[in-house]
Amino acid sequence: MSQPDTKFGEYGGQYVPEALMPAIEELTEAYRRYVLNNEDGFMDEFYERIRDFGGRPTPLQYAEQLSARYGVDVYLKREDLLHGGAHKLNNALGQVLLAKYMGKERIIAETGAGQHGTATAMAAAHLDMPCEIYMGRRDINRQRPNVFRMRINGAEVTPVDVGRGTLKEAISETMRDWARTVETTHYVIGSIVGPAPFPAMVRDFHAIISEEIREQSREKLGGLPGAVVACAGGGSNTMGAFADFLEDDDVRLYAAEAGGSSLTVDEEAGVAPHSASLSTGEEGVLHGARTKLLQDGHGQIMESHSVSSGLDYSGVGPQLSHLVDEGRVTPVAVDDELALEAFHRLSQAEGIIPALETAHAFGFLESVAGPDGDGAVDLPETVVVNVSGRGDKDLEAAIEETEKRTLENAPTMEVFEG
Amino acid sequence: MSRDGERTESAASADPRGTDGSERADADGPDASGSTLEAAFDEPAFVPYLAAGDPDFESSLEYVEALAAGGADVIELGLPFSEPIAEGPTIQQAVVRSLEAGMTPERFFEFVDALDVEVPLVCMTYYNLIYQFGPAGSEPVRPFVERAAAAGIEGLVVPDLPAEEADLLRGYCDELGLDLVFIVAPTTAGDRLHRMMERVSGYVYVQARLGVTGARDDLSDSTEGTLERLEGYDVPKAVGFGISTGEHAEAVVAAGADGVIVGSALVDIVARGHENDEPAEAVAAELESLSRELKAGAVAGAKRTPRPEGT
Ligand SMILES: Cc1ncc(COP(=O)(O)O)c(C=O)c1O
Repeated sequence: MSQPDTKFGEYGGQYVPEALMPAIEELTEAYRRYVLNNEDGFMDEFYERIRDFGGRPTPLQYAEQLSARYGVDVYLKREDLLHGGAHKLNNALGQVLLAKYMGKERIIAETGAGQHGTATAMAAAHLDMPCEIYMGRRDINRQRPNVFRMRINGAEVTPVDVGRGTLKEAISETMRDWARTVETTHYVIGSIVGPAPFPAMVRDFHAIISEEIREQSREKLGGLPGAVVACAGGGSNTMGAFADFLEDDDVRLYAAEAGGSSLTVDEEAGVAPHSASLSTGEEGVLHGARTKLLQDGHGQIMESHSVSSGLDYSGVGPQLSHLVDEGRVTPVAVDDELALEAFHRLSQAEGIIPALETAHAFGFLESVAGPDGDGAVDLPETVVVNVSGRGDKDLEAAIEETEKRTLENAPTMEVFEG
Repeated sequence: MSRDGERTESAASADPRGTDGSERADADGPDASGSTLEAAFDEPAFVPYLAAGDPDFESSLEYVEALAAGGADVIELGLPFSEPIAEGPTIQQAVVRSLEAGMTPERFFEFVDALDVEVPLVCMTYYNLIYQFGPAGSEPVRPFVERAAAAGIEGLVVPDLPAEEADLLRGYCDELGLDLVFIVAPTTAGDRLHRMMERVSGYVYVQARLGVTGARDDLSDSTEGTLERLEGYDVPKAVGFGISTGEHAEAVVAAGADGVIVGSALVDIVARGHENDEPAEAVAAELESLSRELKAGAVAGAKRTPRPEGT
């Protein structure tokens, strides 16, 4: 019988108000029975639904232009083609289904970029559950198409006004709702963060990404890839893409974090102009888990920044923190500008408009192997990049952010003025 | 009065924390453990909460002293954390005001040093601030407990630290003579309740309702059930979450509580005073007056029902 992981080295744990603990114990038991041990055929039903409703398996596609540019074989794991346009559905569908098995009546979730909220709203509609999504005010303004998608799918979207109005505040507010409604409600957390069993359970629902990459690489490359690259906010697409390769020491794992506008920190204002908690964070406790965090010298959580809402978070999944300490995962910071350039490059070179989050993974390739690359990393012969989502939701933000800068490869946006 | 009196299981589970803290769990009683907090519940206790430094250091000192003047038996002082996940809007805003006025953990201890009250003090804060306190590279948790002890703090309440994660803190509290108060929720029962009651000291914080802090007009009816589950444990039971009037306090004590914890109703007074630019003395007078009402309510509640265990 498989048992849930609750700690990853020193990281993880369950630092939550007492009112939530019985629900967390109940969830741990449901996770053990249904997910880990496939009781009542739960996982069979999950696989069937994620195939028929979600459109799995997603392709592993050879990227011709990027391969030529970087001198290595670049393959794209097309999670942007999953229903909803991002990897998020794997977890959202899994958890909403689990809530059904547990007899819960209502779904709540937080969202940053709106992708997890959208996926949860779709899964809740699909499985006929009422659904409420908490979203920071700032993110609502940055990601309007997703707000409408959630509403159109029948979810209620509740703005969160405290703090900077981004993902951190939305998670706190969803936890408060859960503390009030825990007897009837399941909280579908959107990344591999939060108290145990969430980090392990969310990873397990996303692990299908790396299981498919493994099988598809065997067919297409005749073996395993030399490296897997994924962006990391909380780190769910990241752990999903890495999970099945953890024991394969020959497969390098790179987590591309948001380097924001700069890696320096304004301690006075309590603001970090980036979200690189794996590269620069210190161990602490946030939202139920011990993990690497952006915090000031007193332990107050700092506000993070990224051009992409989905990476704009002061914490990161505890398992990724552990894997970084172990040297198994290498964190790399990609700043706003590199990410925007990568957004345009992938759109033009491959005909794929990526999410701004995803663009960070491609920014990493450019920064080491592009024409102006620093060569800091010598890429292996085959690299798989996880295309965690598509960029439709980001068009407004991408246009606005592009106009603020002079990017060599950006198309003109003039037509949109006046 | 023996704290272990009715807990037959406790001997079997000696040293549940894996530390040498058995001293407390199997103590002979409050006198042996010297818990000032427990002694404060000899008569129905009024336990007010304010966020230290809200809206500024000086006014806040006056406000806390007003609580003592109004009859507080224990005062819970909030050390503000940027992500107060157990707090409703009222206390969230208090946290913002206090942080904006420059509150830090070190300032908090200076605040405690500057306070002129005889009432025992409990620090309520979140685990990350306890974890990070101390010079870089020092071992976690211990420096905070040491500094709290030096400031004369009698106990800690940490809303995001369930009993399962509390061994380290419990160990240092035992060593340095602080009580560690746990929150029992309406959903806490069975093994979890027992595990928590093995680790609690000073008093147990009975959360009157599910959800977050915030003043309410009505009283929750889950309180009686929780108090019933706690009957076998001989630690004072203080009920909080939503209590805002003397009548509430009376009803809660009549239902069997040993004390009432009141936060948001008091913080509301501070917030209103701040918004309306009232002089600190006027706000302090209002706090003192509500405190008197709450304390009187608690005392009246004890008269209404003959108290079964003659606390
Ligand atoms: C497309 C996409 N990629 C990545 C992320 C970041 O999340 P995670 O780090 O959990 O994969 C998000 C979050 O919203 C997203 O929408």
